[in-house]
Amino acid sequence: MKKFEYVIKDELGIHARPAGLLIKEAKKYESKITLSKDGKSVEATKLIAVMGMAIKCGQTVEVEISGNDEDAAFDGMKAFFEANL
Amino acid sequence: MIHANGKSVYRGIAVGPIVVLKKDDGQVKRRKAEDPEAEINRVNAAVKQAQEQLADLYEKAVKEVGESNAAIFDIHQMMLEDEDYLDAIYNTIRTEFVNAEYAVAVTGDNFSEMFAGMDDEYMKARAADIKDISIRLGKCLSGQSNGGFESEEPAIIVADDLTPSETVQLDKEKILAFVTVHGSTNSHTAILARMMNIPALIGVPINLEEVETGMQAVVDGFEGEVIFEPTDDILECANAKMQEEQEKQNLLKSLKGKENVTLDGRKINIYANIGSVSDIGYVLENDASGIGLFRSEFLYLGKSDFPTEEEQFQAYKQAVQTMAGKKVIVRTLDIGADKKADYFELGKEENPAMGYRAIRICLKQPEIFKTQLRALLRAAVYGNISIMYPMIISTEEVKRIFEIVKAVQEELDNDGIPYKLPEQGIMIETPAAVMISDELAELVDFFSIGTNDLTQYTLAIDRQNEKLDEFYNPHHKAILKMIRIVADNAHKCGKWVGICGELGADLTLTKEFVRMGIDELSVAPSMVLKLRKVIREMDISSD
Repeated sequence: MKKFEYVIKDELGIHARPAGLLIKEAKKYESKITLSKDGKSVEATKLIAVMGMAIKCGQTVEVEISGNDEDAAFDGMKAFFEANL
Repeated sequence: MIHANGKSVYRGIAVGPIVVLKKDDGQVKRRKAEDPEAEINRVNAAVKQAQEQLADLYEKAVKEVGESNAAIFDIHQMMLEDEDYLDAIYNTIRTEFVNAEYAVAVTGDNFSEMFAGMDDEYMKARAADIKDISIRLGKCLSGQSNGGFESEEPAIIVADDLTPSETVQLDKEKILAFVTVHGSTNSHTAILARMMNIPALIGVPINLEEVETGMQAVVDGFEGEVIFEPTDDILECANAKMQEEQEKQNLLKSLKGKENVTLDGRKINIYANIGSVSDIGYVLENDASGIGLFRSEFLYLGKSDFPTEEEQFQAYKQAVQTMAGKKVIVRTLDIGADKKADYFELGKEENPAMGYRAIRICLKQPEIFKTQLRALLRAAVYGNISIMYPMIISTEEVKRIFEIVKAVQEELDNDGIPYKLPEQGIMIETPAAVMISDELAELVDFFSIGTNDLTQYTLAIDRQNEKLDEFYNPHHKAILKMIRIVADNAHKCGKWVGICGELGADLTLTKEFVRMGIDELSVAPSMVLKLRKVIREMDISSD
């Protein structure tokens, strides 16, 4: 299991479009990927649930990854957050 | 005559017949399903059909409103694949033995209520997206078409609310304006209306039973009002206003992409002033050749603590990348006076305009300054950035700034972080800086004259004080003389000089500024093309 924390920098937070891209990225991997904020967790492959977290600019999310391809998923997700959020 | 007001999302005027779009009552009948799995198969078939429709809509929207605005239909497709959404539908069918239509409607209501209940305006508006996909799915299930309205002549669309897909399906050539009873300024309908340059009013409290298709109406996006069955006087007035607006728009459109050059061949740069990264859209829309004043305060105000280096770096990087090689002049922190943030703990001052503000804070608290400089130097790698220091009164200050910049460079070198040292200039906004502008010009790369503060300090007039209006003359000879001195001193040293205060946008002074040889005017984005027009019609060779 690997995890990282990330502070959202996009002014709009994880709004519809980046949420959509996030889901596409998460679905590339076999590993189970969860997003957590303030003790609430959702699977990163579920669009409506991710949008439902209403993650805003400046908030910290924790991304937890576990599975066979967790190393690749960790690098991929980290790069995705840095480039898009 | 019926008259109503709403929120305007696009400033424009439309006159014409209305078409009232009424939703079918949306009541979905609950039926008992003997074979839940058969209903689930129907749901899956409908999802497939809806996906195909959305893929087509996406293609249509990309062509009409661009990829980033079309993305919502991509999101809709993904929402339709969402496991939670589909599981909720399946579970409703399996546990309640109901028909697919009913399960879809109930699930759509539940999920959209979840978004409607959020405390974030943007997310609230997403409730409409969930409703949209649920209605689409419902129609696919019942075999109804998803077609838009049919109209022979262009018309004003009046509806309770429009879903994004309804908006895009409408034939653009046939729409004069939108008027909706519900909807928010964050809805995709509002965003699309802005993209399509169509007047749109939302949140208009009218009773759709009182208006009918074929009625005449006037939609005034400037005033935020709609008038059904207007009198001849109102109609005439609106037509005149519309024509005037049209002429203005055509004129401005014809100026886009043109050079800022006078009839006798003098060129000048017209840049835009902005206060946040999100304003860059207006800069590009109005064809400014760069950003002449990027107020960095937005990064500091409305926060509970100092913005981090990373936060600032991302904002500057985004700005220069979006501007793609065009100049972006960032003014360093200009907080104090009327702009305050609690965490700076600035304390109360007798005379804040002459107090602890801008570069004074940066020099006394260099840690704050260094964070910003590091972010700026790092962002300079990604595009054409310039740094501008505000409120300068002496050469010593400039030298102290450069020492701090040097220290920052050394830190970045030691950390092995890539950076570039950008062009560095100062604001000329104190009479002191004007008087020693010959010495300052030797130290820096450029000057930008901040006429608002310069006027206030020179005339000793507080602009917030209404009692002083009769004494306040923005065209005071003293100010114009000062601008000339600064321009001459800059040019003697081979440096460029710009104006970024309100005077820069004063069209009655443009000719005088061109004559002085001012190299750049930085104005509000909406003023860029107006200024270009004046410059292109000017000839200063004869005087």
